[in-house]
Amino acid sequence: MTSTGTTAGAAGSGRTADGLPVTRAEYCVIGCAEAWRGNGEVLASPMGGAIPAIGARLARLTFSPDLLLTDGEALLMGDVPAVGSPSEVTEGWLPYRRHLELVASGKRHVMMGASQLDRHGNQNISCIGDWSRPARQLLGVRGAPVNTLNNPTSYWVPKHSPRVFVEKVDMVCGVGYDRAAAAGPSATRFHRIPRVVSDLGVFDFETPDRSMRPASLHPGVTADQVASATGFPLTIPDEVPRTREPTPEELRLIREVIDPRGLRDREVRP
Amino acid sequence: MTAEEAVGRLGSGMTVGIGGWGSRRKPMALVRALLRSEVTDLTVVSCGGPDVGLLAAAGRIRKLVAPFATLDSVPLEPHFRAARQRGAFELMELDEAMFMWGLTAAAHRLPFLPVRAGLGSDVMRVNPGLRTVTSPYEDGEELVAVPALRLDAALVHLNRADIHGNGQYLGPDPYFDDLFCSAAEHAYVSCERIVATEEFTKAGGPQTLVVQRHSVAGVVKAPNGAHFASCAPDYERDEPFQKHYVASAGDPEAWRAFTERFLSGGESAYQSAVQAWHEEQR
Repeated sequence: MTSTGTTAGAAGSGRTADGLPVTRAEYCVIGCAEAWRGNGEVLASPMGGAIPAIGARLARLTFSPDLLLTDGEALLMGDVPAVGSPSEVTEGWLPYRRHLELVASGKRHVMMGASQLDRHGNQNISCIGDWSRPARQLLGVRGAPVNTLNNPTSYWVPKHSPRVFVEKVDMVCGVGYDRAAAAGPSATRFHRIPRVVSDLGVFDFETPDRSMRPASLHPGVTADQVASATGFPLTIPDEVPRTREPTPEELRLIREVIDPRGLRDREVRP
Repeated sequence: MTAEEAVGRLGSGMTVGIGGWGSRRKPMALVRALLRSEVTDLTVVSCGGPDVGLLAAAGRIRKLVAPFATLDSVPLEPHFRAARQRGAFELMELDEAMFMWGLTAAAHRLPFLPVRAGLGSDVMRVNPGLRTVTSPYEDGEELVAVPALRLDAALVHLNRADIHGNGQYLGPDPYFDDLFCSAAEHAYVSCERIVATEEFTKAGGPQTLVVQRHSVAGVVKAPNGAHFASCAPDYERDEPFQKHYVASAGDPEAWRAFTERFLSGGESAYQSAVQAWHEEQR
């Protein structure tokens, strides 16, 4: 059932009280929040860090009021507390088992982190090096395979570098477009990677061969900077849009309501 | 029964499922009892946390079946990591949903269950034994046939249990503990408090009674028995101690000292040593 509550300030007026310029971290928040625009009544699962969590809460408080959010454990939050603060209203119960059921139902859009990501969107969080005896063991595949085959999966990369954006990932945890296509119709049926947000810009796979392309660069970021920070060839058109400006109301919500402690600036330097 | 008696029913080479999730409601007192025993060469099935770390550090794992190992507030489990990097055990790395359906298949006495998860991913490459199954209906979909994860034994920790083996969780999430018990030949439940059966419904509704006596072989009273993992609402994770565990794991000398101080005696010695450690930190 959709909510009939009022939408907080899509059309804010004036400037923020402090008048400070928009930081890179705040453009990242906007880039993440936009991932959930138009998603309707689905679970927004921000997992890769503080900035996706701030973005999901911003989306719910503004243009996507019907999103569901968890407290990071087993409860669905009825309110939208600041990141790092406890929720006071519980609207539902979502223990791991039901969470996995929700994943399979597709009514979810997750934003995961990525230790490695390639040009077709294959993602690795398991280990670096040869799987049978890794140079660096990381988390393990976790739910990346089930996520990518069942519900829209976006990624957040706080430090865009050739170490993350690689030609070939060492272990395919999250499935990319080429691997899904090769695995057949059961794999492609619900597979979708809407976007990758990094500290440099927003990327998508809306190209003929489903390879990653810049959809917008954050203000202050040059095409050369992105190309040299990406470990695979990236075609950057002459005219790449800039990531949009936050509205004054969005800035107020980010700075005063959702992230008053400035966790975003620890993830991406101002 | 005591933790020693429960572990006494286990044998080397067994497949043992360990409940909880990451560093949450892990049967740590039972794991510590396992460390004090001679039981080794285990196939451990777990949503890994410090249980996997401690058993790996002690060289008790021959094969691990898991979708991850994490300490939650500390993302990477240091001993799991080190053990993998030195090739210390075999790994069956599964996706979380595959893991859940594998346990469910075992609980239902089915050879496999079909899942979409895994297709296209390297889970298929690193588990060459995994097979797919084709739907006999019009859709003709090809899905992964996750094999049943049958367990010789399961170890889980709950907030409350009665002496008959009925178990109650009072936190936000039952995790997969009931599935672990149903998938196992013999399940052992440790708990914060053993209560009279009639006490259960005063603490929570009937839906908190996730584990039933017909699937439990033994109950162990183990107050603070999930330490240093969380056991909400009885206690939260012991973050300072978990940090100490991580710091100690990073250095052989420090790990020897940790082992000597915390893991060389029985459970009550462990609990006293932890308490003394906290007093020193003040």
